[in-house]
Amino acid sequence: MTTDDVAIVGIGMHPFGRHEGVSGMDMGVTAVRSALADAGVQWEDIQFAFGGSVSAGSPDTMVSKLGLTGLQFINVANGCATGGSALFSAYNSIKSGMFDLGIAIGFDKHERGAFRVSTRASGLRSWYGASGMALTTQFFGMKINRYMHEHGITTDSLARVSEKAFRNGSMNEMAWRRKPLTIEDIKASAMLSYPLTQYMFCSPGEGGVALILARADKAHQYTDAPIYLKAAVVRSRRFGSFEVMAPHIALEHNAGPTADASAAAFEMAGMGPGDMDIAQLQDTESGAEIMHMAENGFCEHGEQEHLLAAGETEIGGRFPVNTDGGCLANGEPVGASGLRQVYENVLQLRGDAGARQVPNDPRTAYTHVYGAPGISGVTILAR
Amino acid sequence: MGKQVPVAEGVFTWPADEPRLLGSTCTDCANVMFPTQSSCSKCSGQSTEVTELGRTGELWTWTVQGYPPKSPPYAGDVDPQTFEPFGVGYVELPGELRVETRLTINDPAQMKIGMEMELTFVPLFTNDDGDEVVTFAFAPIEQETP
Repeated sequence: MTTDDVAIVGIGMHPFGRHEGVSGMDMGVTAVRSALADAGVQWEDIQFAFGGSVSAGSPDTMVSKLGLTGLQFINVANGCATGGSALFSAYNSIKSGMFDLGIAIGFDKHERGAFRVSTRASGLRSWYGASGMALTTQFFGMKINRYMHEHGITTDSLARVSEKAFRNGSMNEMAWRRKPLTIEDIKASAMLSYPLTQYMFCSPGEGGVALILARADKAHQYTDAPIYLKAAVVRSRRFGSFEVMAPHIALEHNAGPTADASAAAFEMAGMGPGDMDIAQLQDTESGAEIMHMAENGFCEHGEQEHLLAAGETEIGGRFPVNTDGGCLANGEPVGASGLRQVYENVLQLRGDAGARQVPNDPRTAYTHVYGAPGISGVTILAR
Repeated sequence: MGKQVPVAEGVFTWPADEPRLLGSTCTDCANVMFPTQSSCSKCSGQSTEVTELGRTGELWTWTVQGYPPKSPPYAGDVDPQTFEPFGVGYVELPGELRVETRLTINDPAQMKIGMEMELTFVPLFTNDDGDEVVTFAFAPIEQETP
């Protein structure tokens, strides 16, 4: 077996945003039908499915709408890595030789405002949330505040990331926030969790994505442009890392699950950071994109300040990051978010990204998700 | 008049004299954790003992909670008209750990990484029995002016 033995042969998406009267599951169904059409296959051809949703119902019940074909359908719920975990599972189901054609599905629909955290479901007692902690937004504010102190990142860089996200989102018909904002607008918006303002945070949202995977040696039956999945990795936190929802952190330092997942994915793909042409990195808030550039190995800590100022991560830059507007412009339906990144990379590698197509003729593309309670998922694609 | 009660049992020793936070120390590898837990997150050992944590340390990082948290889980004031932003940070207790905590200050101009902090206790809300519920926080140690 080679590492080229899994290909993405069909992609589908329901627009992200707010959709009154449309259930999360219906968005998932729309994404599935669109992926089937893209691959030129019927639902009855699909041998297995992994479906992920955190807040919008059990994915396996969607077979009553798609057709009762008897396929193996497994639900995945893994916090912010739900979509990535569905894809990881689908990847391994084909790699194992057990199946030829399957689908990874993610959808979600969250209530408005910041995520409501269940301290009990997170293994924590109620005093933690009752006392005014247990907010994911606080973690992001505290992590970037420390990072800015250690590595000389300024508020201007935070605003530049958001400005880029909304500009890229304005060229994406699937995105939620499609109005460009100025650096001044972003810095002047409400301070939610110092140093992060309203327009530096993404919002929980709605949407669905589906990806059809096939054995690489059969991929050309379905598409002229198969995109190969070179690596799919999920990692949880190790002792000493600084994570969301942590009543304490150890004095001992560990670089965290993103660095671990990234290193494992590069090893699996037989590539390094310098081999990647574009990346979609978790940008729950603008500071996260900055820190994740370094944690994934794409620059040194602190180097982001001049990379952003020089426009290196813009669509026309040396290394485009979050070309579809990221979580900032798309919002975060948790079950679908990691699959959205892969969807965007497939479009970019096919050359089908329209107004936001990167001009550097990309051959390789990287995705990274991060979330509670300290979990990261990475994929590497190549054509 | 109601009395004052702790937000939870077993988290701190208040209302003792010189109250402290309660953590766990692993009897195998000496790793210190907060709040208490019966097994070790570092060495997977299954034997820990309750430890009273230090009362002072340096502010390692911080933010300000600028909007009312969702309730539940939050038990304090969430009325947008009266909500007061509050500081949250991690305070590094030397040789032990960094503890996540409310701060008694909320003005970014006053908050500096590295500033000396000490444990205190603050009212959170009044419960249905009319008792004032108290949780822990860290406050800046007043520096003597030369």
